[in-house]
Amino acid sequence: MSLLTPNPGLIFWMLVVFLLVVFILAKFAWKPIIKGLKDRENEIQGALDLAERTKAEMVKLKSDNEKLIIEANAVRDRILRDAKDASDRMIAESKDRAAVEGQKMIDSARDTIRNEQHAAIAKMRKEVAVLSLEIAEQVLHRELKDKESQEKLIADLASSARMN
Amino acid sequence: MYTPLRLFITTALVAATCFFTLPASAQESGHNDHDTVAEGVNKAEHEIEHNLEESEEKFNIGQMIMHHIADSHEWEFSHGVAIPLPVILYSEDRGIEVFSSSNFHNEHHEYNGYHLVHGDSETIVPVDEARKIYDFSITKNVASMMLSAIILVLIFTSIGKAYQRNVGKAPKGFQSAMEIVILFIRDDVVKPNVGPNYEKYLPYLLTLFFFILVNNILGLLPGAANVTGNIAVTMTLAVITFIIVHINANKNYYKHLVSPPGVPAPLLLIMIPVEVVGVFMKPFSLMVRLFANMTAGHIILLSLFGLIFIFQSMFIAPVISLFALFLNFIEIMVAFIQAFIFTLLSSMYIGSAIEEHGHADHGH
Repeated sequence: MSLLTPNPGLIFWMLVVFLLVVFILAKFAWKPIIKGLKDRENEIQGALDLAERTKAEMVKLKSDNEKLIIEANAVRDRILRDAKDASDRMIAESKDRAAVEGQKMIDSARDTIRNEQHAAIAKMRKEVAVLSLEIAEQVLHRELKDKESQEKLIADLASSARMN
Repeated sequence: MYTPLRLFITTALVAATCFFTLPASAQESGHNDHDTVAEGVNKAEHEIEHNLEESEEKFNIGQMIMHHIADSHEWEFSHGVAIPLPVILYSEDRGIEVFSSSNFHNEHHEYNGYHLVHGDSETIVPVDEARKIYDFSITKNVASMMLSAIILVLIFTSIGKAYQRNVGKAPKGFQSAMEIVILFIRDDVVKPNVGPNYEKYLPYLLTLFFFILVNNILGLLPGAANVTGNIAVTMTLAVITFIIVHINANKNYYKHLVSPPGVPAPLLLIMIPVEVVGVFMKPFSLMVRLFANMTAGHIILLSLFGLIFIFQSMFIAPVISLFALFLNFIEIMVAFIQAFIFTLLSSMYIGSAIEEHGHADHGH
């Protein structure tokens, strides 16, 4: 039975020693050990989180890049199209304008020609009239002298007129 | 790591030699008049002595085992090789008295009015029966406990320093070996059983585990004390757990105790005593489990060795030795398992008392 009866002295020393051990270890061992373990776990978790975040960022960046490229392509296509349109328009416009100008020039040239023609015809008419008058004058002069000379004159005049 | 241990061992050796050479410090006072009662005690003592002497010739296995399991006032390594330990007595009339237990090495086992009685366990009784004394001696168990306390402090403060020194580095050497155990206790024993507020109880539970473990293992060494197989030690540990549980227990725990939910009123008459008994059963089971396991292990090993002396045969001895070797391995396992179970159950009791929702954990 002595095995089952606790000895008060042993209980006292057990309390003293065990509580001292708890106190000393809690202060000088468990505190730094638990803190060290926790710090290390946080560090590892932090590194893993950072890697995860970086990966997500990379994916986002990649998709952003793709979007940018697509956008840039679209812009380039639009600019090219616009430029082509503009050049086509300009060519068409200048063609039209050239046609109009040409027509105008042709018209004015035609006018000028007509005017000149008219002027030339008028002048010829006037000169023919004057010439006829002069011939008529000279014929009239000669008639007054003799018949022969009149006829001769007329023949001369006629030939000269033909010479002209 | 290794230097402080070596330092400790050297100082311990030096201290031990000093202790041996020191003369008896306390003063010898004159012999008190012997009462008739004291005479009676003496006579009984002599009878026991006589029995012991007889059993020297006729080997008494029961006495041998009890002698090895019980506490003692000196640390006996083998027959006749013993370190005397200090005896500390307190009595109201004489105050505190300190002397070496080697003073009892005389014919009557008597010194300064005190008598060392050898029975199943040693007790010091005053020759004058009317006096009441309190024995606070550094017995074999206390000395062994102090030794393991020093080992624990040296090991774990040096590991703590290693954590402060190698911040942000991988653990190495002894530090990483201990880290596995510490992490096991923290993550697989304390965290799941105590719950989210586990950090408050972690230092106590870690100390509990390593204290029991070191004492269990030290107890397996030949000539060592049977610290964790002593009911006073396991009782103290169980009571400390009990106090921690009931200081930190929340409303739910006490409410559950007085009015278990879902129990009809007439049944409460039975249930409340059962619950109250359960409260005290838990530390009691902790106390008995560790005590019985360690003591049983020692008894089995000692019985095996005793068989050698009973048979006194050349052929039995090797067989028994092999069997004892096997049991020693089992005992090493038991040393770990019992430390683990004590810590596990302690954290379960704490966890069930501080649990916020749901039902408290019954049983065990």
